[in-house]
Amino acid sequence: MKEFGYQRVLDVPGAVALLGAEPDARYLGGGTNLVDLMKTGVERPGLLIDVRDLPLDRIEATEDGGLHIGATVTNSDLAAHPEVRGRYPALTQAVLAGASGQLRNMATVGGNLLQRTRCGYFTDTAKPCNKRVPGSGCPAIEGEHHNHAILGASAHCVATHPSDMGVALSAFDAVVTYETADGPGELPLSEFYLPVGDTPHLETALPAGALITGVTLPPAPVATVSRYRKVRERASYAFAIGSVAAALDVQDGTVRDVRLAFGAVASRPWRALTAERLLTGGPATAEAFAAAADAELAAAEPLPDNAYKVTLMRNLVTAVLTELTEEAAR
Amino acid sequence: MAPSTSSAITLHVNGEKYTLPVDHRTTLLDALRERLDLTGTKKGCDQGQCGACTVLIDGRRAVSCLQLAVAAEGRDITTIEGVADGDQLHPVQQAFVDLDGYQCGYCTPGQICSALAVIEEHAAGWPSAVTDDVRPEAGPPPLTADEIRERMSGNLCRCGAYVSIVQAVARAAGVEAAV
Repeated sequence: MKEFGYQRVLDVPGAVALLGAEPDARYLGGGTNLVDLMKTGVERPGLLIDVRDLPLDRIEATEDGGLHIGATVTNSDLAAHPEVRGRYPALTQAVLAGASGQLRNMATVGGNLLQRTRCGYFTDTAKPCNKRVPGSGCPAIEGEHHNHAILGASAHCVATHPSDMGVALSAFDAVVTYETADGPGELPLSEFYLPVGDTPHLETALPAGALITGVTLPPAPVATVSRYRKVRERASYAFAIGSVAAALDVQDGTVRDVRLAFGAVASRPWRALTAERLLTGGPATAEAFAAAADAELAAAEPLPDNAYKVTLMRNLVTAVLTELTEEAAR
Repeated sequence: MAPSTSSAITLHVNGEKYTLPVDHRTTLLDALRERLDLTGTKKGCDQGQCGACTVLIDGRRAVSCLQLAVAAEGRDITTIEGVADGDQLHPVQQAFVDLDGYQCGYCTPGQICSALAVIEEHAAGWPSAVTDDVRPEAGPPPLTADEIRERMSGNLCRCGAYVSIVQAVARAAGVEAAV
């Protein structure tokens, strides 16, 4: 590991100013991804700015009836929060589906959004990777890609975003708030992650030096009937090979409102807007759910070893929406 | 001026204060084992994937291999050496002994620290990934074998002593040792 400086900060402007003065500095939250990547040399910061003691550790109701989640709230506290469990149950389920109890106690909401892909070529500094070393190539396309992207990838990178939490946040129209030396700003999660294109090393639309201060969830009555379902290669403590966050409002057999987002299929949480549009106002039937999933997945460009994800996602969407229909009827 | 790459820090471990200079690259795991001679905490994968290095930080379980020692300064750290009351084993330790919740024992300190936290987290009403209904009105989930397995899934046991580990956690939590 490269040597680095360390400084704990107690206020947001101080954190932003410190990072502005040290171009190769990084913010340190729980460190569950960053410290791991520093050990392997993928990340080589010259200074860590520890943001864990910033006053960003609260979850508060917003005036319009939504929630604002501070950036240093741990995954554990987010998942256990009564308002989150009651009003956005899929968010609690998504967070609990990720990592382990130990890691969820350490990891923060801001860090979760900024965690890096677990693509084996990205994490191995002996291998080429366009995300880690721009222009070096993407061995995953010809190599090991059974858990790589089927949607929105490019000839330069087929890595997926590993977050479970982000999938639920995407379904609920979360907005990321941040602070820069020039003042605060915000980005809808739908615009937070950049398209892959030929610049896979550029991952987010955050301005240089910005510190994520939190995530705002708008009020979403539909979210009270919501679910996160994750498929993985073992029963627990593994990254998804496919996941769905869904919320559904059904009245008299008709879909009045629906939210749908996919995980582990793209470089970002994949909001399934095509499927949502098809479903809204239509019948709440398994046939309609499958047809909507097919329409969303029509854009899929699978590789030889991850084509199974198209079928997996179709079946997952159908199953989860069917379960939510039954739950709504209770 | 390049920032300093080391600091003198004070760690609070098992009720004792230890002041030591550390290179910032030092993990809490390495500080405990190599500097404070508290070798009960074990290094398995050193990547946050096996749970052998689990300790409690401010009462919550964490993997000490991904925790920088310098970032743990001022926090209240409990390792396996701080779990028993003198010669009196903690009920979780006693349950692991009585029910053979281990084979080689290498993962056991981490399993026990994790189990201590699992019991507290469950008592606080935290749901898990296998909890059917996470909404507060559903009430706390019963601590079934499935719940224990899910909550303990961050601690690997390469000997495969999982059946007995689940029973030991159940006994320590005071619930039926279902399988």
